[in-house]
Amino acid sequence: MERRAIRVLIAKPGLDGHDRGAKVIARALRDAGMEVIYTGLRQTSEMIISAAIQEDVEAIGLSVLSGAHMHYFREIAAGLREQGAQDILLFGGGIVPDQDLPELEELGVGRLFTPGSSTGDVVNYLQETLRPETATT
Amino acid sequence: MSKKRRWLEEEYARATERFPEREYPFRTLSDIEIDPLYTEDDLEDFDPGRDLGYPGSYPYTRGVQASMYRGKLWTMRMFAGMGTAEQTNERFRKLLEAGQTGLSTAFDLPTLMGYDSDHPFAQGEVGRCGVAVASLADMEVLFDGIDPSEVTTSMTINSPANAIWAMYLAMAQRKGVSIESLGGTIQNDILKEFIAQKEYIFPPAPSVKLVIDTFEWGPRNVPRWNFISVSGYHIREAGSTAVQELAFTLADGIHYVRKALERGLDIDEFAPRISFFFNVHNDFFEEIAKLRAARRIWARQMREVYGAKNPRSWMLRTHAQTAGVSLTAQQPLVNVARVAIQALAGVLGGTNSLHTDAYDEALALPSEEAATLALRTQQVIAYETGVANTADPLAGSYFLESLTDEMERQTLRYFEQIDALGGVEAAIEEGYFAREIGDAAFEQQREIDSGERVVVGVNKYASPYPEVPLEPIDPQVEKIQAQRLAKVRSERDPQRAARALEALREAAVRGENTMPAFLEAAHAYCTLGEQMDVLREVYGVYEEPVLI
Repeated sequence: MERRAIRVLIAKPGLDGHDRGAKVIARALRDAGMEVIYTGLRQTSEMIISAAIQEDVEAIGLSVLSGAHMHYFREIAAGLREQGAQDILLFGGGIVPDQDLPELEELGVGRLFTPGSSTGDVVNYLQETLRPETATT
Repeated sequence: MSKKRRWLEEEYARATERFPEREYPFRTLSDIEIDPLYTEDDLEDFDPGRDLGYPGSYPYTRGVQASMYRGKLWTMRMFAGMGTAEQTNERFRKLLEAGQTGLSTAFDLPTLMGYDSDHPFAQGEVGRCGVAVASLADMEVLFDGIDPSEVTTSMTINSPANAIWAMYLAMAQRKGVSIESLGGTIQNDILKEFIAQKEYIFPPAPSVKLVIDTFEWGPRNVPRWNFISVSGYHIREAGSTAVQELAFTLADGIHYVRKALERGLDIDEFAPRISFFFNVHNDFFEEIAKLRAARRIWARQMREVYGAKNPRSWMLRTHAQTAGVSLTAQQPLVNVARVAIQALAGVLGGTNSLHTDAYDEALALPSEEAATLALRTQQVIAYETGVANTADPLAGSYFLESLTDEMERQTLRYFEQIDALGGVEAAIEEGYFAREIGDAAFEQQREIDSGERVVVGVNKYASPYPEVPLEPIDPQVEKIQAQRLAKVRSERDPQRAARALEALREAAVRGENTMPAFLEAAHAYCTLGEQMDVLREVYGVYEEPVLI
């Protein structure tokens, strides 16, 4: 049976306006056949969680380049649990030091894509994680 | 048939039949096709008297000073700011001790967006990507032990630029320094915020009005201050090509000039204090050509189109910074090489000041060790390579001059397109820049993902690499900031603060110049958030349409 296309929310939390990465990823995921919702700038954690639930997405990609990533990953991971939506895959990209990876893993956050990552890596990651039976690689 | 064409069709064709060209995109990052060879045939329309002149004279292609770096080296100005005002003050003092010649301040996002450090939107962001400055009290700590008459200070601040500049001026006045003698720069370029960096608060029209207030007030009160740094840097970082960076930046500069003329200001009073800020990216010759073309186009526009008579109005003085976006998180030490080559392009392009990125910036704010190495890179270029011995050493190169001409031609075409859309503000609202830059960014990523463009250590020669040590941000930053704000609010004269905010509101409502009101608000210890809230009420806030 054919499964529906992967639905993913690309979100820019907080005050950071650097949206190059978010937009490039959003376009690449869409070109790979996914349904992509991009939140636009300056979203609070609550706005992102409620958009994810309303839009019935399987994954949320947070893009943060301002150094505030830990704050938002903590809030959004906790918020998703509270809403019983912890099955939504939370992943991200931006400027994320290696030192932060252990805590992010503990929070249940998926992969983090730092500068230099390819869009193909993100596509493959989502396909392998969300559609392991059909992933090609 | 030109000699070059004949050579290409005969000699070169024969040679490449035996030894074919490499599989490689032989074009610049702006998609300008590069020939295998440049000769005098490429410079048929080139007139050195008209197109180059001498350094220090029109059209300034060869640099704005006659003596260039033999007289004074470029200013080595490293951007710094993190955590609390205390932490950044310490970094400033160390950079000055290490031989840096100017300060450059990075603010945190709440400050850039006009929120106090204890505002709910500031949670998690205080001191993260720069220093938090919410009132004169923070500014006083930031410059503690530093004499503002001894250094020039650059501040990367845009939407709240008037308020932050006023705090700096008030800080100097309280140290007994006359603002007439102060030198420095505020970025204050709101157009590129709408186009690229997205740190806007108010809609475009009132935002530009606030900028023009500084065009009017600055030259009359702080005559040595650059009240704007028209910035291509962020446009490039957002994904534009070099040509788009050049064209959109100069178009922004021209837009401000037109608005200042509409207000009845004298071009020769304000234009000498307009400064610029460009990116220096990986494509070596294209970056050198871009800086040379920028000076020539600006000089021609100011003199021939806008009628400026003062030679200082024709001069494009610029800061440059190596391309943050070219830094990779993989094999971060490779960034040292990238930065050195980009910095060399900036110097060969005749920049007036330069920031070199630290190799660890794709991972976090730079550590002290990495920032010092980046400064040392500039010092090696300045003192060891000999490139600063003569002005514009690459002038006359068939290739470089032909590339400079091509970038000027393409820039003028962009000017026509933008004018056809009704000018920069109309083009912003129509989404023109977002589309142009978004498409270019996507195309660059596609080239890298496909391996067509090589990024060393990322899509070629990838290998495991060791972790680099990073500098932690003071975890107490939010608490320290909240305490200082509480103290400011309780210790200031509440009536003076209230009167100052009211005066700011009135100036904004009546469309008067807001700078006197900002200066009084700074002295009255009004917080940044209070001042910006007043203007949010008067002007409203801007939200951009969401486009992918």
